[in-house]
Amino acid sequence: MPKTIIEKVWNDHIVYEEPGKPDLLYIDLHLLHEVTSPQAFEGLRLNNRKVRRPDLSFATMDHNVPTKNRTNITDPVSKKQIKTLAQNCQEFGVPLAHMEHPDQGIVHVIGPELGLTQPGKTIVCGDSHTSTHGAFGALAFGIGTSEVEHVLSTQTLWQSKPKTMEVKIVGDLGFGVAAKDVILAIISKFGVDIGTGHVVEYTGEAIKKLSMEERMTICNMSIEAGARAGLISPDQKTVEYLKGRAHVPDGEAFDELADKWLSYATDEGAQYDQTLEIHTSEIEPFVTWGTNPSMGSGISSHIPYAGDFSNQSEQEELLQALTYMDLKEGTPLSSIEIQHVFIGSCTNSRLSDLREAAQLIKGKSVHPNVTAIVVPGSFSVKLQAEKEGLNRIFEEAGFEWRESGCSMCLAMNDDIVPPGERCASTSNRNFEGRQGAGSRTHLVSPVMAAAAAIEGHFVDVRNMLSVHA
Amino acid sequence: MEPINKHTSIVTPLDRVNVDTDQIIPKQFLKRIERTGFGQFLFYGWRFNEDGSKNESFVLNNPLYEGSSILLANDNFGCGSSREHAPWALLDYGFKVVIAPSFADIFYNNCVKNGILPIRLEEREIEQLFRASKGHKYQISVDLKEQFIQRQDEKKVAFDIDPYWKEMLLNGWDEIALTFQYEKQITEYEKQQA
Ligand code: SF4
Repeated sequence: MPKTIIEKVWNDHIVYEEPGKPDLLYIDLHLLHEVTSPQAFEGLRLNNRKVRRPDLSFATMDHNVPTKNRTNITDPVSKKQIKTLAQNCQEFGVPLAHMEHPDQGIVHVIGPELGLTQPGKTIVCGDSHTSTHGAFGALAFGIGTSEVEHVLSTQTLWQSKPKTMEVKIVGDLGFGVAAKDVILAIISKFGVDIGTGHVVEYTGEAIKKLSMEERMTICNMSIEAGARAGLISPDQKTVEYLKGRAHVPDGEAFDELADKWLSYATDEGAQYDQTLEIHTSEIEPFVTWGTNPSMGSGISSHIPYAGDFSNQSEQEELLQALTYMDLKEGTPLSSIEIQHVFIGSCTNSRLSDLREAAQLIKGKSVHPNVTAIVVPGSFSVKLQAEKEGLNRIFEEAGFEWRESGCSMCLAMNDDIVPPGERCASTSNRNFEGRQGAGSRTHLVSPVMAAAAAIEGHFVDVRNMLSVHA
Repeated sequence: MEPINKHTSIVTPLDRVNVDTDQIIPKQFLKRIERTGFGQFLFYGWRFNEDGSKNESFVLNNPLYEGSSILLANDNFGCGSSREHAPWALLDYGFKVVIAPSFADIFYNNCVKNGILPIRLEEREIEQLFRASKGHKYQISVDLKEQFIQRQDEKKVAFDIDPYWKEMLLNGWDEIALTFQYEKQITEYEKQQA
């Protein structure tokens, strides 16, 4: 019987199954960071347990590392968390890319970069955006700290078989439309809980044409649609991306592995529990205006009116969000002024994101009312960008060029948006207070963020791009 | 983890949809390296005004619901980040049961693994509970073994729960110790893959 990639990866990892129970799944790769791991290591110590497979574990520091001056962590509690991770990794033998290490970066950026992320693997991390790795055809999902402890000590997890969902993108992407716009449009159309209980596979010609970086942007935000994991069947592009990466074998072993990877792709005619479709003609550059990622619209439109919704709780949700955001019903998106721009996060901080943004701002300057920062996703992205001179383009335009980390995506370090101010952000969450207490976040693609930095308000990037072309 | 079976309390109604984990425990409080002590930060942005004073209009600050250990919530409760600090904060504050029409997947798992019972009920039942508990002390009893809640008006409402999770909650089991019973199978699997 033809199978989806989800079923294939799942079936390959069942260690034990019994009717009426979740399956015991083997975990191929466990990524760790400083925020969700300390209590798990503490649990091991209390129970006198060890890490079963340190060789399948990999840790980094990303969530609260400083992006300005690495050696200067002002918050004593952050400092303690970072020190604790280093101690835990040493005590339990877990490989660590610490703050000054050349492999350091946001956990979901370095996994693929190092070739740790591979098709057909089960990958977990105490972080909900682990879905990012699904871009490679891996079954990758976020777990809580108890599960982190469980994986550390047993290399397995009890998991109930998820339902499968296909999200099909029909047609070709329009000019100036980014991967970010695709996923924001999907979430806005179907809602923030459509994926609950499901693993999503993204399909369609448009997906096949995307680069690996763009695929990661889409899979990254699967969790914002409620799905724990979102993936894309591997193809030749996946194989090409991984070739030559640090943790990938070469020569004959590579060819063998590549064949195995490709065999995970969904079979022709395989059935999903549910299929959703979106046509690319519905997708234009997107801006969110509310306090969850489904509250967004195309740049040429306006904030909805409460009257547009028939259901009372939706009306209340809209009004609550607009109160927090200090916006009015019916406001055209292009008239919203911003004071901050953040280009970064595991959604959009890879080299291609920075290249696209840099191309747009080249020779222009950041609007006087705007503070703009670029935070590369990893040390290696930063280094490569500097080789290409992207940092100079950003700096000449008035952007700050920072060290890698999560930074303003969740504002656990010093990078915060002050209360009441607005930020055009390439990250993935626009929840109340996400970028700092009282901050107002608008999610956009890197080029849309760059364009807003220059104009001081949102603009349809397609107009700027066409001038350039 | 503490076992849970029968539990009785008045209900705290938190009538908002898509309550995310950033709201349950804002990220500036994630830096502790212990599992305890998070209750003081639960719903911080809603419980407290900017100057640090209590926001009297927030439901948790309403004296009516003092001592309540059952939280009534709305659709997609616990969405967003995977942080287990969210159930830790709920538990530390004193909530043992959360009732909602739907939960985010990771949050649901995280609850069960910390001895919080998450109960999914039909939209209609939830609406009735909200109506009964908003502005009133409304007591319900939960029976996990028999899988029902009993309302103050004596009506019983059944709920579903995965039998495996139910066992764990009823017994307060340590899941890792359980999994160690499958050590042989795990080693076997590793050999096959090597
Ligand atoms: S960049 Fe943001 S979303 Fe990504 S791992 Fe860091 S905090 Fe989480």
